[in-house]
Amino acid sequence: MIPDLGRYAGTVVAAYGISLALLAGLVGLSVLRNVRVRRALARMERETARPRDGQA
Amino acid sequence: MSLWRYANPVEFMRVSGAAMPVVWAMTALTLGVGLGWGFFLTPDDYQQGATIKILFIHVPAALMAINAWLMMLVASLVWFIRRHHVSALAARAAAPVGATMTLVTLATGALWGQPMWGAWWAWDPRLTSFFILFIFYIGYIALWEAIDEPDKAADLTAIVCFVGSVFALLSRYAVFFWSQGLHQGPSLSMDRQENVHDTFYQPLLVCIAGFVLLFVSLVLLRTRTEIRARRLRALEAVEARA
Repeated sequence: MIPDLGRYAGTVVAAYGISLALLAGLVGLSVLRNVRVRRALARMERETARPRDGQA
Repeated sequence: MSLWRYANPVEFMRVSGAAMPVVWAMTALTLGVGLGWGFFLTPDDYQQGATIKILFIHVPAALMAINAWLMMLVASLVWFIRRHHVSALAARAAAPVGATMTLVTLATGALWGQPMWGAWWAWDPRLTSFFILFIFYIGYIALWEAIDEPDKAADLTAIVCFVGSVFALLSRYAVFFWSQGLHQGPSLSMDRQENVHDTFYQPLLVCIAGFVLLFVSLVLLRTRTEIRARRLRALEAVEARA
């Protein structure tokens, strides 16, 4: 199933490998930051909703 | 129903939250089919051999590198004229996606150029304008990070975006302005005679659709993150004052 890339195998595999790694890295970092910010916001919203000392 | 209702962050979060699973599923399907078709099922080119398979990443990435900047331009104009925060945050969210697409274009272009031109790089008009576009992306991202006051950052980055649009357009049309470059003419054209052969054209269109969907998916996700981060900063400021 793997195509015969001949003498350009290294070039083609490197092009696909680098590109997919860059795009996967971007997706991974975007998801990671989204999860972190969402958690931090949820924590902050819980804290701000809690009554402070001296407030009923 | 007006488009401006999506400028409301609550409405944007509601609609984008519902749309995201569908858009991500379409992205995975289209990219999988397009790249699989291009890599495994297309023949070698009679001149370029197996390197023609790089076309299926290089051309869609280049199209998105330019169009991401144009999307940022529209969003920046909306911010400038109507002061909708979601549009400024969407422009900010799109910049790293566009920068990555530009980097992918430059990397695949260098890898493709070496066996075909005998050089990894040449100061060809299209290559050079793409390189300058990449520098603009980096500058735009750095400016957002450097300024603490969000509205001021949005104003100044919008100005960078307006200036950088010249290079975004130049990287698209440079090949028509200067004919002395190494880079070939466009692979896609309204004129069927100028297009690549149908064997490559059809999977290329699927790959372009996949890259467009990937861009939309990432911009939706990152804009949602920016909206949450903005709310988080606002709450932190309130807490600090209390």
